[in-house]
Amino acid sequence: MALLEIENLTVTFQTGDGPVNAVNGVSLGIDTQETLAIVGESGSGKSQTAFAAMGLLAQNGAATGKVRFDGKNLLELPQAALNKVRSQEIAMIFQDPMTSLNPYIRISDQMAEVLTLHKGMSKREAVAEAVKMLDAVRIPDAKARITMYPHEFSGGMRQRIMIAMALLCRPRLLIADEPTTALDVTVQAQIMQLLGDIRREFGTAVILITHDLGIVADFCDRTLVMYGGQIMEEGATTDVFASPSHPYTLGLLKAVPRLDRDDDILQTIAGEPPDMSRLPKGCPFTSRCTFRQDSCADIRPALTDFDGTRRRACHVPTQEVA
Amino acid sequence: MFSYIIRRLVVAVPTLLILIIISFVLMFAAPGGPFTSERALPDAVMANVMERYGLDQPYWKQMFDYVTNIVLHFDFGPSFQYRDRTVNDVIAQGFPVTLTYGFWSFVVAIVVGVSLGVAAAIRHNTWLDYLAVGISIGAQVLPNFVMAPILLLVFTLWLGWLPGGGWNGGQWNYVIMPVIALSTSYMASIARITRSSMLEVLNSGFIRTARAKGLPTSRIIIRHALKPAMLPVLSYLGPAFVAMITGSVVVDVYFSTGGIGQFFVNSAFNRDYSVIMGITILVGALTILFNLLVDIAYAWIDPKIRY
Repeated sequence: MALLEIENLTVTFQTGDGPVNAVNGVSLGIDTQETLAIVGESGSGKSQTAFAAMGLLAQNGAATGKVRFDGKNLLELPQAALNKVRSQEIAMIFQDPMTSLNPYIRISDQMAEVLTLHKGMSKREAVAEAVKMLDAVRIPDAKARITMYPHEFSGGMRQRIMIAMALLCRPRLLIADEPTTALDVTVQAQIMQLLGDIRREFGTAVILITHDLGIVADFCDRTLVMYGGQIMEEGATTDVFASPSHPYTLGLLKAVPRLDRDDDILQTIAGEPPDMSRLPKGCPFTSRCTFRQDSCADIRPALTDFDGTRRRACHVPTQEVA
Repeated sequence: MFSYIIRRLVVAVPTLLILIIISFVLMFAAPGGPFTSERALPDAVMANVMERYGLDQPYWKQMFDYVTNIVLHFDFGPSFQYRDRTVNDVIAQGFPVTLTYGFWSFVVAIVVGVSLGVAAAIRHNTWLDYLAVGISIGAQVLPNFVMAPILLLVFTLWLGWLPGGGWNGGQWNYVIMPVIALSTSYMASIARITRSSMLEVLNSGFIRTARAKGLPTSRIIIRHALKPAMLPVLSYLGPAFVAMITGSVVVDVYFSTGGIGQFFVNSAFNRDYSVIMGITILVGALTILFNLLVDIAYAWIDPKIRY
């Protein structure tokens, strides 16, 4: 049985220019201890999908659909019950470790409050536990440094602290929203390795939201590609990378710079991402798709199973996409 | 931190000295004097008076004697207007009154302003937000010289609940109306500043983290959002407090409270040099003190600021 199941999720933001449909009918599931990548460019709705599931949408946003966890629909859960799930069952880390830790509160207090609140520990026990967790994410001299403020740590260290804080209650699912985007390349590799170690050690399922296909290939069992707030295709990471079944995935993979090929020009996907307040009736990728047919602009392709384990939303037959 | 405070206090001395010199020069540059009247005094009498108050000395000598007396004896000289009273007497009489209703106005402005601002930010774009914004705009367009007569009309003349003036040793029913009149517009400013900075903080990444940690809303507001949201309010408070003390002249006039504001304005009209100087130095010292307190509070809130 799936750990988390999202069913027909839509997210709409009310803005001055009218409603913006950030997520349009997304359904996905993740099993215990599984790693799932949600890949897509900026504005594809990948982060908002996760925010909606955690009830973290901005004030002008609203979600419909179902987010099932432990037989409960998180979208309908009262605030107190949702707070129990957050951090104890599902924890989240964010893109920018510079801004996602509170700069005005000591690390010890920020970490300890999770445990005193959710586990009823005393402040002393909580801080001791927090030190242990900082050791686990390899913060050197954690015992002395835990009383410091966020600005006294580097970006990579701050992201380690975020990870440690997220794991304090041993959640069953960790959602990592572009955890390495704001970091140096060398630090990125360390953080991804740490996430891998942590996942094995604690048996945590991970949803990795990213636009970096390089880290997906190493890290995730399954990959889900989003565009225009919809799922384009989904499957085992090896299958998706080896034989992409959707023109958008194909374009994404071609756009990854590679050293083993002698390309002078970096491949791009021509055109621009769709305006989310005026999504086309059909497939959102139509205007940029090199395989488009007459029906693409008018009829939205349904997400359908194929090859037993994969799903795709495209009118073009699989064998023609290459 | 301690050495920083000492340093700031040491720097305050030359600052006050410059303040004294500039005030002195400005005062003597203005035509007329404390004993100028429509009917000229006989020359002998005038010379006598000038000698009595040291006004026959050259300006630099007067200034030097003035500063020396302050430094050595903490003596701000005799009042030119109130015979037989020194400036120290005048300030000792008026300042406690001003400080009392100034302090309470300060407290009311902060407590009500911050609460209103926070409530509006949490309930952004709801009726509560609109109500709070409406109240603060309404309060802002009611300066104290408009508030004071309205309060007198309603609570003294119509309802008869509160005494229309006097101080009576600072009894509560004499303090209420001066405090409301003085605090209203500051309360409104604080509410607006709090609301906008709170809205900004609530949209920040670390508040999203706090929500993801499953903290209850009350804890997020009090523990995570309030401190950073108070930073812009804090920088407003220093000048606001000084403005409350000096701006209290309206309160003194309407409610006959006998505070320092009334002495300040009267002394300016009467060319009561020593009282003008005394109150100017007092306000200057308060300004320096309050800016120092604001800076200390800044360091207490923001760990990135270290002196």
